[in-house]
Amino acid sequence: MDLTLGPIQFFWEAPRIRDFYARIADEAPVARVVLGELVCSKRLPFWQGEIPVAVERLKAAGKEVWLTSLALVTLKRERQLTEELVDAGVGVEISDLTTLAYLPKGTPFSVSPLINVYNIGTLDWLAERGAKRICLPNELPLASAAKLAAAGAERGVAVEVWGFGRQPLAISGRCYHARLHNRSKDSCQFICNADPDGREVDTLDGERFLAVNGVQTLSAATSFAGGEIGALAAAQVSALRLSPQTGNMVALAREFEAAIAAGKAGPALEAAARAAAPGGQLANGYLRGHAGAEWAPA
Amino acid sequence: MELVCPAGTPAALRAAVEAGAHSVYCGFADETNARNFPGLNFSRPELAEGVAFAHRHGAKVLVAINTFPRAGDEAIWHRAVADAEKAGVDAVILADIGLLAHAAKHHPKLRRNLSVQAAAANADVINFYAREFGVSRVVLPRVLTVAEIAAINRETEVETEVFVFGGLCVMAEGRCSLSSYATGQSPNMNGVCSPASEVEYVQEGAQLAARLGNFTIHRVGASEPAPYPTLCKGCFTSGDETGHIFEDAVSLNATELLPQLKKAGVTALKIEGRQRSRSYVAQVVRSFRAAVDALEAGRPMPTSALAALSEGQASTTGAYAKTWR
Repeated sequence: MDLTLGPIQFFWEAPRIRDFYARIADEAPVARVVLGELVCSKRLPFWQGEIPVAVERLKAAGKEVWLTSLALVTLKRERQLTEELVDAGVGVEISDLTTLAYLPKGTPFSVSPLINVYNIGTLDWLAERGAKRICLPNELPLASAAKLAAAGAERGVAVEVWGFGRQPLAISGRCYHARLHNRSKDSCQFICNADPDGREVDTLDGERFLAVNGVQTLSAATSFAGGEIGALAAAQVSALRLSPQTGNMVALAREFEAAIAAGKAGPALEAAARAAAPGGQLANGYLRGHAGAEWAPA
Repeated sequence: MELVCPAGTPAALRAAVEAGAHSVYCGFADETNARNFPGLNFSRPELAEGVAFAHRHGAKVLVAINTFPRAGDEAIWHRAVADAEKAGVDAVILADIGLLAHAAKHHPKLRRNLSVQAAAANADVINFYAREFGVSRVVLPRVLTVAEIAAINRETEVETEVFVFGGLCVMAEGRCSLSSYATGQSPNMNGVCSPASEVEYVQEGAQLAARLGNFTIHRVGASEPAPYPTLCKGCFTSGDETGHIFEDAVSLNATELLPQLKKAGVTALKIEGRQRSRSYVAQVVRSFRAAVDALEAGRPMPTSALAALSEGQASTTGAYAKTWR
């Protein structure tokens, strides 16, 4: 089992992105990095120039690199962007099935957790089409993940599970950041850049519940699979995905690497996860077949 | 335009057909469909009888098998497709690509419609589904404007079906796990959203709190209506703002847009509400059938009948208007 760093889901400023990937390239023990704009095509012009820089830097450091597609492709411009990804010379991670309309059959690709891979029929179809890696949807319990990982292992498809990060729960046509500021999506003024870990949404009882990130809704709690490392490895899960938050991802990746090597997580990994999680709030309900928001100590 | 109407029960199916539905859609009484509610849906014999009844009246029956099969239990969903074909249905409505591939291979003559749960939101991906799985029609996700729907129809031969009335998803359908985050049960896995089994109303002095799982979704005073705590229609706080962060407690009503939807090249209009009573279904179907007939004949729309439908409830045209975003 190794580590994949997922795409930055939030709207970070270009200098922060450059520093982030430079540090990941130099210091983080992750085998591969998925990067690119996942959530909103309007953000891309602000940091597009950082993508080739990061790709070169990460490749030079020996990392495998994949470029993500957008999660929801509707506009003509977004279809063009998605089509251009195919010719970027880097493997593509599909986050919307639209991408497959442009990928010649047999071209290797990776599948993001936003694609609905719930069963072996779907895994088979994607494998036949060229899928080499599949990160499973967050809501799947360990029992389903184990069946899919075993099927993947038989077919040469690496199956990955969400290991850390605020979980993407929904994507919409509506921008909630704009709505919170009484603006429409078309005149959002890129207000989502004020919340580099997402903007928290609490219940009326003041419980931290969700986080909005433009058109995306995430969990407020950070999903953390540290307690399941042994079970996931035994189930032939081949990688854990770490999703960037503003906390110390390098320190976190190092603790994950140590726990994977040991076959189980100790208190140091959970401490690193709490330190990197916004507000220190963790959840692990989904893998246990419960509500995703639940947390049960290992 | 074809009117596609909800049939949660055999009685609702008959009511919808008699009220003028061109097509009805329904599901089996299990986790294979996205309205897996207690007391709802069809047994195998009920479906066969429903198909016979509809066909006698010149209406079609579409069967939704639109959840995502559970790993290791794919056979339950495969059997649903085979049984739907055996019952003589006019189409199945599918979302999962593994199930689409299975149906295309093993039931090539059974018409395949793409469920809204697939959230196919542009012409390229719709044409991809047509090419790979032979889908004849796509139910469009509720993230598109009328202009975008028109643009899609210019670029695809696949028929488009759009929701015009009833419950409203605010998120791209089939790509939302808000419900399972709070309750463990989701539309994709279990065919339920914000399920009633997880709902609790708690009296707190003069106020009534509605809870879903462990979370308060809204809280109302004694004289206010207490809407069902659907997560995305809840009341929350973010920073200084308290309110309906995602969407108000509204339902979709696109009756005023019917002429524009026709002009946009839409083939079929869908009414949500398999969980609704047969008298509700009959009333809504009758009003919409009158509107569609008027539209086809170039007569003015029967606006008073349509207005009566949304009396007493807040409604929206949702994503069809660009300003909603």
